[in-house]
Amino acid sequence: MRVSANRFAEQADEALADEKLQSALASASQRMCEQRERAFAQFPPGEALRDRAQWIKRQTLAELDRHLERLSSRVEARGGVVHWAADARQACEIVLEIVRRRGGRRVVKGKSMTSEEIGLNDALTAAGIEAVETDLGEYIIQLADETPSHIIVPAIHKTVEDVAALFERKHGETRGADHEALTREARQRLRAKFLSADVGVTGVNFAVAETGSVAIVENEGNIRLSSSLPGCHIALMGMEKVIPDLSALSVFLRILARSATGQKMSSYVSLVTGPRRDDEEDGPEEFHLVILDNGRSRLLADPVLGEALGCIRCGACLNVCPVYRHAGGHAYGWVYPGPIGSVIDPSLLGHEQARPLPFASSLCGACRDVCPVRIDLPRLLRGQRDNVVAQRAAPLAALAARAYREMMSRPSLYRLAFRTVYWLSRPLVPLGLISWLPGLRGWTRYRDLPLPARESFRARWLRRRG
Amino acid sequence: MNSTALFVTCLVDQLFPRVGEATVQLLEQVGCQVDFPLEQTCCGQPLLNTGHSEQARPLARRFIEIFEGYETIVTPSGSCASVTKQLSGECFEGEPEWQQRASRLAERIFELTQFLAGRAFRPSRPFAGRVAYHPSCHLLRELRVDRAPRELLSQVEDLELVELDDGERCCGFGGAFSVKLPALSAAIMEDKIAALEQSGADFVTASDVGCLMHLGGGLTRRGSRVRTLHIAEVLAGFDGRSREVQ
Repeated sequence: MRVSANRFAEQADEALADEKLQSALASASQRMCEQRERAFAQFPPGEALRDRAQWIKRQTLAELDRHLERLSSRVEARGGVVHWAADARQACEIVLEIVRRRGGRRVVKGKSMTSEEIGLNDALTAAGIEAVETDLGEYIIQLADETPSHIIVPAIHKTVEDVAALFERKHGETRGADHEALTREARQRLRAKFLSADVGVTGVNFAVAETGSVAIVENEGNIRLSSSLPGCHIALMGMEKVIPDLSALSVFLRILARSATGQKMSSYVSLVTGPRRDDEEDGPEEFHLVILDNGRSRLLADPVLGEALGCIRCGACLNVCPVYRHAGGHAYGWVYPGPIGSVIDPSLLGHEQARPLPFASSLCGACRDVCPVRIDLPRLLRGQRDNVVAQRAAPLAALAARAYREMMSRPSLYRLAFRTVYWLSRPLVPLGLISWLPGLRGWTRYRDLPLPARESFRARWLRRRG
Repeated sequence: MNSTALFVTCLVDQLFPRVGEATVQLLEQVGCQVDFPLEQTCCGQPLLNTGHSEQARPLARRFIEIFEGYETIVTPSGSCASVTKQLSGECFEGEPEWQQRASRLAERIFELTQFLAGRAFRPSRPFAGRVAYHPSCHLLRELRVDRAPRELLSQVEDLELVELDDGERCCGFGGAFSVKLPALSAAIMEDKIAALEQSGADFVTASDVGCLMHLGGGLTRRGSRVRTLHIAEVLAGFDGRSREVQ
């Protein structure tokens, strides 16, 4: 996937100028926040389960290698094949190799952010293999030749009218802007693809080490079809998706859908344990599990940021984030937007590729309050800011930081600085020139600028009590 | 140990001194002997939040040295209170002695309304007007203080407390965020301003002058009749009129 995270500010400006997008984002994110809130309000064990989920993730990440080895051996014991991919390119090659070996021409895909992360569709297309997204949202996005703008609602930026127009253009039929009719149309077209697909590729929500199963949640049934109809199922997972056992799975299943869509449980939960066995009638002949690193080891090794690997990709932090609600997912310029994306993208991509993202937050903390595994996102955002600056500080910013420290270390300098601003600013105020001061344009373009008071608090204190 | 120290914050000191005066008045009303350590400047939050936490470390040490001699430290800012209460975990990795000093001090730092509520403060002056309370993010979500300011406001004579739609949402200030990504900051602010205007409030108050400076700048820019006042000013019965002549 093309990366344009360094253009965050410009891309956010474009989003802000798009009124239709602003209203689509506002209503969809608001609805999802309310749904989530209602779901947890009606579910008293929810808060304790979040604690439990956080604890399980911590424990698992602390011994990730052991859990992954166990997972791998259980998957193989069930007749599956496990592949380790160090990076996106390797993961794509592994998938391509499997598809080629089976002589596959068509791949159906369940919604998977990890496959977006590695750019699998482009790799398949380049190799002359048709990749068909079968999740309705992803199908729309693929048809529009766009990228998802939300972790769980990829087409959140599109209105039903947008989709109707898109379908009409691409399918050559008019169905009107009706949700049900449009869904039926997509379903009909997808049915033929499912039946003729050679390989199914899905993501993984949780990989259960104890049983060697992968758990995949969805609402449309397309993942169930993608993983069971074609002769070969390839499941793609980030290495942090492993959990120890089924009892852990029951914890996560009870909070994932509630956090994501406000449902008690998603309509489908598929537990895939190896390929079809001899006594079974359905299922693929081959099951492959691709376990992806792609920068995750780098995150894991970071004493502050490692916590981010606990993320279960529910999207709750996006919906509640005031920045995401205005910038939209595309502004972030890569697969994972919102607060969690702002933390992990720079580590997964390399800091030079995503320098502005950790700063795309007012640190309001709303994300932390809704995170099902209680990731301390504001703290992680600040940690990632430190990393970005440590890697390569902009010379002016570094100078400003040092100057600030010097000024604040000396009360006399601090007083002098503010008094200087006061005296310099006075003659400018009536002339309306304040807005032109360099560095302040960002503030004064939208807000009036407050200036130092004639007499500071300390001066008043000294006058009265000194 | 010496009485109660006022950590006034640099913004209040230099830009909004009346908030400091109101704070002193309120603290004296609950019987505090207030001291204002003159060496105080900034706690280093702007550096901590912009990726320069290395540079923030000396300022954090300085803050501790200045205030650790006091029994109680009170500040009219949820944001500065939350940062100074968290210095131990944020600033001093590998420096156990400073960590300890920071956490011993942290227990004695209070945001103003939190402190007043604990001292059974009763507002004694009326304040005429409809007031919307904006829970600033760090006070609400870092310190988890929300009831105290609302209860204090509800006890003020003649004051009508009005609720904001989505009141717990950020105002878009975010310190450096407001100048680094000004268009986004302003868009978030516009949501808050719309909620304020819809609420029928005459004033918006909060326990952070940062948010109020940003909201106030936006309100006056668009000619809104809603005015900003720090909660200390409201509780002390200062009205909005004398603002310009301070």
